[in-house]
Amino acid sequence: MNSTSIENVANYLKYKGKYKGLLGWIFSTDHKRIGLLYLYSMATMFSVGVLLGLAMKLELLAPGKTIMDAQSYNATFTVHGVIMIFMVVVPGLPAVFGNFLLPIMIGAKDVAFPKLNLLSWWLYVAGVFLVLAALLFGPGTPDTGWTFYAPYSFKTGTNMLPAVFGAFVLGFSSILTGLNFLVTIHRLRCPGLKWSKLPLFVWTLYGTAWIQLLATPVVGITLVLIALERLFGVGIFDPAMGGDPILYQHLFWIYSHPAVYIMILPAMGAISEIIPTFSQKHIFGYKALIASTMAIAFVGYLVWGHHMFTAGMSGTAQYYFSLLTFIVAIPSAIKVFNWISTMYKGSINLQTPFYWAASFIFVFLIGGLSGLVLGALAANIYVHDTAFVVAHFHYIVFGGTGFAFFAAIHYWFPKIFGRMYDKAWANTGWIVFFIGFLTLYSPMFYLGMMGMPRRYYDYLQEFHGGNILSTIGSWVLVTGFIIIIVNLVRSARIGPKAEMNPWNGKTLEWTVPSPPPLENFDEIPELGENDGPYNY
Amino acid sequence: MEKTNHVVHDHYDAEGSKIGMWFFIFTELLLFGVLFVIYSVYRYMNSDAFHLAALELDTFIGAVNTIILLVSSMTIAMSTTALQKGNKPFTLLLSGITLLLGIVFLVNKYFEWGAKFDHGIYPGSAHLTETFSQGEILFFGLYFIMTGLHALHIIIGLVLISVTMWKINSGKVHAERAALLENSGLYWHLVDIIWIFLFPLFYLIT
Amino acid sequence: MSNEKHHIVPYRVYVFVLLGLIALTLLSIEITHIDLGSLTVAGAMVFAAVKSYLVLTWFMHLKYDKPYIVTMVIFVFAVFAVTIVVTFLDYLYR
Repeated sequence: MNSTSIENVANYLKYKGKYKGLLGWIFSTDHKRIGLLYLYSMATMFSVGVLLGLAMKLELLAPGKTIMDAQSYNATFTVHGVIMIFMVVVPGLPAVFGNFLLPIMIGAKDVAFPKLNLLSWWLYVAGVFLVLAALLFGPGTPDTGWTFYAPYSFKTGTNMLPAVFGAFVLGFSSILTGLNFLVTIHRLRCPGLKWSKLPLFVWTLYGTAWIQLLATPVVGITLVLIALERLFGVGIFDPAMGGDPILYQHLFWIYSHPAVYIMILPAMGAISEIIPTFSQKHIFGYKALIASTMAIAFVGYLVWGHHMFTAGMSGTAQYYFSLLTFIVAIPSAIKVFNWISTMYKGSINLQTPFYWAASFIFVFLIGGLSGLVLGALAANIYVHDTAFVVAHFHYIVFGGTGFAFFAAIHYWFPKIFGRMYDKAWANTGWIVFFIGFLTLYSPMFYLGMMGMPRRYYDYLQEFHGGNILSTIGSWVLVTGFIIIIVNLVRSARIGPKAEMNPWNGKTLEWTVPSPPPLENFDEIPELGENDGPYNY
Repeated sequence: MEKTNHVVHDHYDAEGSKIGMWFFIFTELLLFGVLFVIYSVYRYMNSDAFHLAALELDTFIGAVNTIILLVSSMTIAMSTTALQKGNKPFTLLLSGITLLLGIVFLVNKYFEWGAKFDHGIYPGSAHLTETFSQGEILFFGLYFIMTGLHALHIIIGLVLISVTMWKINSGKVHAERAALLENSGLYWHLVDIIWIFLFPLFYLIT
Repeated sequence: MSNEKHHIVPYRVYVFVLLGLIALTLLSIEITHIDLGSLTVAGAMVFAAVKSYLVLTWFMHLKYDKPYIVTMVIFVFAVFAVTIVVTFLDYLYR
């Protein structure tokens, strides 16, 4: 299939179109270039978010004011949250690896609407700049937390409007990406690639796209209402005019809980690709993994209330949300079971992506189980709004999505850049990062159970030890992060040339050259009766 | 030197465009859906005040606007038939009627809103917050937000239909490539459906 | 990917549907003049539901579309309905 003619075609990194240089990238409708645009912009925002996180941990090194006062601390955790959620983990794997790999994995030349795809990225950049404008100009950096809870979000004197509008625009970008992926998966699968043969990463993108489509408008309109409230005083969420602030919380979490699944589903998909490749074995329970993906997407849409157990909901609603929260844990557990069963009796190939994937399973387990502690009504009252919650969602969002992201970048790096990274440095980066991660977040479980509340710049003397440990962890983690980044950036430029299929993967992206040519395939591939994504 | 063999592929997939539009419509449905959730929660909490406040709205104008939108929906649906039959002038006439009816709807809306403003009923007005009960304030807040957002969608729809007519006129949209017209039609029907629900919720609960 | 033959809907079908829609609109106005107590709103909503069903099936061509599109539309409306029900689990029992 890989004739020599395809070697003559310029690969997507080198190809020259209507524009040259940077313009050739930011106006390119090629899905691979757009994927990399997302990668670079997200990496930038992630670094900013990491710096803010470091600043928070430094503030918490000792009780009382260390480097900033209460107001700056409030602004810092707000901006950290907004950046990390709306600009990093929500676009996350779909925007980078989904864009890059989805068309190749299903044997297509591009996504269904390439121009719309480029528009999504532009909207993303516009949203980023709007939020940044809120930080740099106007009466003060937003200090509401990333949740923008009413009524404070329309009472605070800080510069909320651009931040809220920016989040709205970022949401629109996310919707368009989801829409594009749905149409692509429905219409552009190559001949013979039935639904029952789709790679699991594609399946998770499919589930994710549905959530993006159905949940994002909810937060969009809710944020518009906050803006209208600030501008005109409509009264929708203002208790002084009969509005119900708890309704705001409902609407906010109708989006923001499914958003957690927008983050984690593609991460699970990437892990489902990596585990079979490095076990050289057919994935265990392919259909169960698809079913659990769709179950998570659907049930995850209906459990939002478990963020509000102490807000003053009715008891009936609390029982319902608690019950469904426990139910939604089942499909996640099925996935973990299947990954481990895939490794069983496989010929494990210990490489960097596998280390990341295995550590993903470890931290995801801890994050998931601590989620059940929070999902139980009685336990939730006890640890609500403490450092325990912070530890839990960092284990899921950072440990889950973040680790999967690093697994994915180390897995597909040779395909994307056509070069291989230094494996020794990559492994070193991983182990340092992993140790830093555990040191940073594990003490927070303990601190939270002892009663240390979240979102304060200060704490009681008795929490000092745990906080010191946690802050040291943040330094270790950043060291690991720097090692990883330097290694990858350096290897993308001068690493040894990578083969077409360095890991012996079976999905379609490993049948095209590294890096892939502009339109991926010489001719659209065709799958026979016995071909499949995991047939080892 | 690298070759620049970028193939301009003329990719046309009517079904792909159509489901793309449907996915967008799903998003819009949920967008308005949230407002309907808010409406139903507040109506449940203040049902008497909502009854009282609805008396301020003129059912006649609401009904006229409903019928205007229904007729415009029919004409845009018919224009697809006309295009498929290859009758370009009739297609343009029908979509032109839709455009016109949409504008008439907006003009009606303008006078309706204007009358409310003259009576001092608008979000945040002193008259509203001082003389009306909380439930009524919420009713009018929702009234302005929901009909306002709906009017915004009418405007988007009008722009979309204008672009489509331009392309029909220049021959880019024709019987074999009717997707743009069909999609504009779908969007317009969505706007219609939302109004079908807005009308009873605001005008008919007296 | 050749284009499948489109189903061309005759004009008169649209006229009939429009007449039905207008009749339902007038009826729903009439019915709210009769005092049915709490059922008034429910009645108006039933009329609205029937009207949107007509628009979806005929104007939006769902009658002629492939089943999977119809399934998705039903699914989205179901998701919305469930969302309302779950929200009211809070408000009804507060």
